[in-house]
Amino acid sequence: MKRTPMYERHVAAKGRMVEYGGWDMPVQYEPTGIKTEHLNVRSDAGLFDVSHMGEILVEGPAAEAWVSSLVTNDITVMKDFQVQYNIMCNEAGGVVDDLLVYRYDKEKYLLVVNAANVDKDWQWFSSHLPREGVALRNISDETAEVALQGPKAEAILARIADFDPSTVAFFHFVDGVHVAGIPALVSRTGYTGEDGFEIYVPWDRGAELWDAVMEAGAPDGLLPIGLGARDSLRFEAGLPLFGHEYTDEIGPIEAGYGFFVKVDKPGGFIGRDALKRQKEEGPKRRLVPLRMEDKGVPRQGMEVADETGKIVGFVASGGYAPSLDANIASCYVAPPVPAAGENLWVVIRDKARKGVVVKRPYYSRKQGS
Amino acid sequence: MAKVPENLKYTKDHEWISVSDGVGVMGITDYAQQAMGDVVYVELPEVGRVVAAAEDFVVVESVKGANDVFSPVSGTVTEVNEALDESPELLNEDAYANWLVKMELSDEGELDGLMDAAAYTKLVEELEAENE
Repeated sequence: MKRTPMYERHVAAKGRMVEYGGWDMPVQYEPTGIKTEHLNVRSDAGLFDVSHMGEILVEGPAAEAWVSSLVTNDITVMKDFQVQYNIMCNEAGGVVDDLLVYRYDKEKYLLVVNAANVDKDWQWFSSHLPREGVALRNISDETAEVALQGPKAEAILARIADFDPSTVAFFHFVDGVHVAGIPALVSRTGYTGEDGFEIYVPWDRGAELWDAVMEAGAPDGLLPIGLGARDSLRFEAGLPLFGHEYTDEIGPIEAGYGFFVKVDKPGGFIGRDALKRQKEEGPKRRLVPLRMEDKGVPRQGMEVADETGKIVGFVASGGYAPSLDANIASCYVAPPVPAAGENLWVVIRDKARKGVVVKRPYYSRKQGS
Repeated sequence: MAKVPENLKYTKDHEWISVSDGVGVMGITDYAQQAMGDVVYVELPEVGRVVAAAEDFVVVESVKGANDVFSPVSGTVTEVNEALDESPELLNEDAYANWLVKMELSDEGELDGLMDAAAYTKLVEELEAENE
């Protein structure tokens, strides 16, 4: 199993280490646990080791056109040092991966992909390369990354950065800056539904960065956060995860992220025809957010029924939402899809348990916080 | 290390039971609650249910997933701890004070097949060493 540069730090902080996408990662830390870690990110701040994520550099005169041909969103509207959320689809409109696209300029992009998909994505990129005009570099093994998330993130980062983090707008980035003296790329992005930053540094400076951020965050109650809370935070905020809301057969229209799919953008993209058809005719299933009223915890793969008991779908993600103190599920359901306020039932251990359809996100932070 | 009180009997699946006058009180061990993490829901059996030894009859849901709990012995459920319905997190606070099920044993001889505190302590020490 692969280890990030922060591995020793996780063990020292009593992280419970588990295998994730080929990496030995903390699912939680023993002194805190998922619920405490989750709530701490919402109230104060949390630090995540996300060095397992993949980073691919794309350079060359054809970089813009090539990246655009692979992703659903319109990257041609991006400005330099902007970040954009994207989905990379297969021909059938299913998902290869979702990713963040960082634009330096029209001839240089950084793509940040899911840890478990790095090898698959690299193959996908390589098999779709044009003859010339684009050079790719997989810098995943030389790039460590942390996510500093929560309402105190900006104040914490300001203590150790050689730039003013308040000048970095949401979904923008700076490069060539320093954090605790370490050369870094810093973006105002994250996967928690909170304000925050993602900080990329050279692999061999990862542990040093971790220590510096933890120390700077101590007065604000910064805690290290494991993968368990990373998942519950993203789920509560209504953010999709490959392997749950997205699969190689289920894509962004079905998941309700059509906003990120620009089917009429110039030049087209892989999966465009299938997604355009779904947009026009309506997909064969839609993701429905559910909040449980009956007791019991919905889990991925459980069946979803209507009031007659007929099975109409399945659970994509399910679990306890600490900030809501409720159990929630995202369910793929065949049309006609119930509206907010109507009921669906999740079959938990042979018993139908009632939930009410809600609006996504399940949780959103207060304005101005 | 996880707590292991002296006066209880234990299973390899991390349940405890204490018996007096043919009535057993059972729950999950401190090691079990630590391994499960934050408990968010406990599904208790119906009173009157007849269970066999090692049959799963309680589900403890934590933030990480659903965990089956097995009956340490054969018997009939006589009472369930309804406080857990409102406050499942009590299991994380004290897994021994907060029992799950009371049951009438059908064969007290089955208790001889369970571990005493010394044997269970050894098991927990081995498991905790593996996780270091």
